[in-house]
Amino acid sequence: MFRYIVRRLLQMVLTFFGATFIVYALMFAVQDDPIQALVGERPITASQRAALTERYHLGDNFFAQYWYYMKGLLTGDFGTSMTNRKVADMLADAWPVTLRLSLMAIVIAATIAILAGVVSAIRRGSIFDNATLVVTLIVLAMPIVVIAPLAQLVFGIKLGWFPVTAGKDASLWQLLLPAGVLASLVVATELRVTRASVAENLRADYVRTARAKGLTGARVIGVHVLRNSLIPVITLIGVDLGALMSGAIVTEKVFNIPGVGFNLFRGIRTEDGPLVVGFVSVLVIVFLVVNLIVDLLYAALDPRIRYE
Amino acid sequence: MRGNGPWKMAAGAAAIALLAAGCSGGSSDDDETLPNAISIGIVEPESLIPSNTTEQNGSSVLASLFYPLVRFDENSNPYVVAAEAITHDKANKVWTVKIRSGFTFSNGEAVTADNYINAWNYGAYGPNAQLASYFFSRIDGYAQMQSVDPDGDGPEKAEVPKAKKLTGLKKVNNTTFTVTLSAGFAGWESVMGYDAFYPLPKAAFKADGVLADGFGDAPIGNGPFKIKGKWEHDSKVVVEKVTDFKGTVPKVDGITWKIYQDLGAQYADLVAGNLDVETKIPIESLASASGDLGDRLQKSPSSAFAFVGFPIYEKEYQDKKVRIALSMAINREEMTDQIFLGSETPATSFVSPVVAGYRPNTCGENCEYNPTKAKQLYAEGKGPADIKISYNVDGGHKAWVDAMCNQIKASLGVNCSGSPEPKLSDMLKKVREHKSVGMIRLAWAMDYPLMENYLGPLYTTDGSSNYYGYSNSAFDSLVREGSEAATPAAAIKKWQQAEDILADDMPVLPLRFGQNVFGHSEKVTSVEMDLFQKVDIYKIEVAS
Repeated sequence: MFRYIVRRLLQMVLTFFGATFIVYALMFAVQDDPIQALVGERPITASQRAALTERYHLGDNFFAQYWYYMKGLLTGDFGTSMTNRKVADMLADAWPVTLRLSLMAIVIAATIAILAGVVSAIRRGSIFDNATLVVTLIVLAMPIVVIAPLAQLVFGIKLGWFPVTAGKDASLWQLLLPAGVLASLVVATELRVTRASVAENLRADYVRTARAKGLTGARVIGVHVLRNSLIPVITLIGVDLGALMSGAIVTEKVFNIPGVGFNLFRGIRTEDGPLVVGFVSVLVIVFLVVNLIVDLLYAALDPRIRYE
Repeated sequence: MRGNGPWKMAAGAAAIALLAAGCSGGSSDDDETLPNAISIGIVEPESLIPSNTTEQNGSSVLASLFYPLVRFDENSNPYVVAAEAITHDKANKVWTVKIRSGFTFSNGEAVTADNYINAWNYGAYGPNAQLASYFFSRIDGYAQMQSVDPDGDGPEKAEVPKAKKLTGLKKVNNTTFTVTLSAGFAGWESVMGYDAFYPLPKAAFKADGVLADGFGDAPIGNGPFKIKGKWEHDSKVVVEKVTDFKGTVPKVDGITWKIYQDLGAQYADLVAGNLDVETKIPIESLASASGDLGDRLQKSPSSAFAFVGFPIYEKEYQDKKVRIALSMAINREEMTDQIFLGSETPATSFVSPVVAGYRPNTCGENCEYNPTKAKQLYAEGKGPADIKISYNVDGGHKAWVDAMCNQIKASLGVNCSGSPEPKLSDMLKKVREHKSVGMIRLAWAMDYPLMENYLGPLYTTDGSSNYYGYSNSAFDSLVREGSEAATPAAAIKKWQQAEDILADDMPVLPLRFGQNVFGHSEKVTSVEMDLFQKVDIYKIEVAS
């Protein structure tokens, strides 16, 4: 187990460098005139252009720029964004709120998906089962660019049940609606997978044995069936993190949450290389760590799985 | 790992994660509870250093923190505010600024002539790369403070400029200084109303000409408000009243400049009553805005001027008959009504109505919708059979460009298509290289309220935004003569003559004048916006 984790961590280092290199190269390729992007539609004088080019090493070739960046990164310096703020400060500002938002979304999605999935698997063909099927299909069919403003309009403005926007120091209550919107992105698939997997396991031999032994229904479902059924669901939740991050770009914009998604959007729009690469680097790390945790959870859930 | 162990582990991990998430979730809405304070929505400012601020968001915040030398009345004429008197010599070359005594910065420092001189020197010095530094370019000695990279974007470093100070700035005594311009300019007093000309306290500098770290996050000004804490990036800037301020005292006790990334989110907060003023209602909400806000939806003139430039460097557009024909082929009114829902007005002059000296309809019949005459002129001028209108897709221009093309197609019977470019810079690059881009979508908002701020940059031969290559020496000299005229009235006269040349030459096709379309909550009244797209913070008050 220990050796496995060490091996994975070493792989992570390689993946990290590869990913940042690719992202840096992409940003470099897309960079057309970041100085003009900085000032908008205004003309810029030659002297300003010269000073800014110098400040951000824009005049150097790709490898020299990448070297500057990596040198900084390895000493813990994420560089300076084109907005003249330290990228490290921006990361520290943006991550907490996005982390809270996505954790809440994961919890909301998993709770709904597992509860509803188990119930509809047990009562297959019932009204509840069919109703969840229809609802999940509708939610699945609606893109986030529709769901987010719609939820804001209906639940925030018209009904007044939730705060309309969240902001930077958002409370859990303010984040509930955006987290619900984000959760809707992934809840449908998680629910269907839970249902299928529970339904399959209910027919398995060990469940019949457990029932024959006289165990209560709650124990059979809650311990024996659920534990075996959750493996695919947990995998899915790990993968869904990606969907949540891309969904966060829209959700954060609609609910005015200055998190990771918003900063990425801004960075790409203003051709702000250091900003984008900094945020993506951290995103890559989060992905790698989450996938490691998911893999380790397999072992916890299924004793047959051993890592050497 | 067997039995319940892993479950406990997983549950524990989840609990810790949730706890961590919950702990940092402090709510801090206590600023809202100030009884006489208001909130105004902005987008994250580029910078809060006066000489580095060129957009309206930073400019709005600075207007609450600083007190300008001059402000502008309804007719866009300057009147002194922080200055006691501004006088000039006969040639408009040497300007003497006497500032009012007794004013202090919010940290207690007295405002002196040195504060102005130091701030302006900092702003003008090339290597500081201040975005508003071009405002100082009229002052004597500006050129010596700039350096040019010898090989453009190449590896060679730019030389250090010859001078670090503007030779045109001279201190006379503690409250008086003189500004010498490199050429006479009648409108200099108006120029000094801009943000870049705010003073900076000694506390702003850590050494001579070097700004202190963190000053941009908590600027100290000479204005009616002072910053509370720091600029909370992407979140808000809170300002509170300065006690016993010597100048005009605003009616509210504090302003929270709430930062939004998206105008739509800002609008949602305005409708829900969480925000007091939104200075720009997003175009997609315009249709529902009058229902949502009623008479709290308001309009006021702004300085924005949208036009389409003709690529005069291309042969096909060199005959002015072609240009006039295209101008006559379009129905401006229909466009502003149908597409902009009346949020903009048709333009038939070459300068905005907000500047002194504006005359309506200087373009005359050249800007009137007249498809028959247009067709005839177009045939005479042998206009191109295929017309392109280039625009940048990130600015929401597609709808009206397509509409304009349809009008041209209908009137002239030629092909017309919109040609999207990803960004304005991509488009301008092609224009600078004189590639075939067709007509060019452009816009202008003034820096200071003078006709010259439209005529100079947009239409003179070396104008900074004259991308289309218009050049008329008679026009150039009239603009210059106006700038050097002895009185503002004489200047306007020259500039109006210059504008008449434009009406004849049609270097661009005037399209629309912008308006501020803004909304406010029920909490506030007397909400007015000035020509610079800023809320008048001295007039706004909380409804009783």
